[in-house]
Amino acid sequence: MDSNQTAPITLLVATRKGAFFLNGDNGHAPWSVTAGPFFLGAAVNHMVLDPRDGRTLLMAARPGHIGPTIYRSSDAGQTWTEASAPPAFPKREGGESVRHTFWLTPGHASQPGVWYAGTSPPALFRSSDGGDTWEGVAGFNDNPMRREWAGIGEEFEIPGGNTLHSINIDPRDPRHMYFGISTGGVFETTDGGETWQPLNRGIVSYFLPNPEAEFGHDPHCLRIHPAQPDLIFTQTHTGIFRMERQNACWEHVGMAMPAEVGDIGFPIVLHPRDPNTAWVFPMDGTEIWPRTSPGGTPAVYVTHDRGASWQRQDAGFPREHAYYTVKRQAMTSDGADPLGLYLGTTGGQVWASRDEGQSWVKLYEGLPEILAVEAVRLRQ
Amino acid sequence: MRVLIPTQLRSYTRLAEVQAEGGTLDDLLYDLDRQFPGIRFRMINEQDAIREHIRIFVNMDTAESLDYSLHPGDTVRIIGALSGG
Repeated sequence: MDSNQTAPITLLVATRKGAFFLNGDNGHAPWSVTAGPFFLGAAVNHMVLDPRDGRTLLMAARPGHIGPTIYRSSDAGQTWTEASAPPAFPKREGGESVRHTFWLTPGHASQPGVWYAGTSPPALFRSSDGGDTWEGVAGFNDNPMRREWAGIGEEFEIPGGNTLHSINIDPRDPRHMYFGISTGGVFETTDGGETWQPLNRGIVSYFLPNPEAEFGHDPHCLRIHPAQPDLIFTQTHTGIFRMERQNACWEHVGMAMPAEVGDIGFPIVLHPRDPNTAWVFPMDGTEIWPRTSPGGTPAVYVTHDRGASWQRQDAGFPREHAYYTVKRQAMTSDGADPLGLYLGTTGGQVWASRDEGQSWVKLYEGLPEILAVEAVRLRQ
Repeated sequence: MRVLIPTQLRSYTRLAEVQAEGGTLDDLLYDLDRQFPGIRFRMINEQDAIREHIRIFVNMDTAESLDYSLHPGDTVRIIGALSGG
């Protein structure tokens, strides 16, 4: 959602080989690429609009050969300039190097110009000038527990590298934030990032020596509800969990998913006006983890009761031999009423639903592997 | 001295060959960055290591660190090294 409710929906599609804008007729096919490719050939992990002005966009990019950077547009994507000081660790003996920026989150509505970025290796960076210069958040990056929390330096390395992602800011309080680390878990600050605490009680991760450890879990995507910020959902490597913050304990609501589908996946999308409703896009997490649609039949699952039950929504998707993966940033909503849903696949297809998931239509195909999709209204 | 720029970095220089000066590779790359802001960080990480898929040759030698000495007339060749099959 953003501040310009009369403009048409633009999809910001970030791919492993550049970024694109897609536009259509208010959700009707055909949609087309209306801008881009931007930075063709560079992996773009995230492209995000600043909802505070409706025009500033940030893009986290990493070409194959040269170092990672952040590009910034202040004219709704017409021109892009490189950050003059992208996220980077301090130089020191044995110091770390940012492999890539993985996640971008605009700061609180009361803090114009503030952005947060999550990187690999897992670290948190902050910009106070609209993304031009970045500094590490010392309260996390220099925390003596950080390397242990985030498994930094361990031999085990997850595909794509260990990342800090899903930075969520409490709309009631800019000092209250959450993020996820894969693998590390969910973490929370209540003092603007000076101190952090793991928030993982209730998550069970079979891959850990102690499956109920204080940290070491693998959240794939974490979302707090914009209207009820104490309601939190996370799609993890081991299932779907929900927390009512006052209880400080996650409940494994994915247990209600059909057993033959399971509750493994990357993205989770919350209905911005209905805190009871959320969507996931399950993937096959059995045996050798194909990470494709279970049974080759893509489907979204929706809950209307905060995860107590889930219903399949597959109208429009292929009925056989379709093996989609949807990454954690690649499923989103548009804020409209009824809510529009959008997802991008690793096969370069963009799908949409204009009826809250009841039916799906393919908007576009032929893009590179899609890493992120945002649905925005640009202020031109 | 002559500095040959790989295609991956020509969005900064707009040229395949530029001139830069310095007594060491570090000095030369800072001179390049002064002329083309941001270019150094794309080749050299924040710990002053040459990035994984960048190679820098001085004449026929591989420069493996930033303290490599340069002399008038040297040619510095920056390469985006093969990173796939």
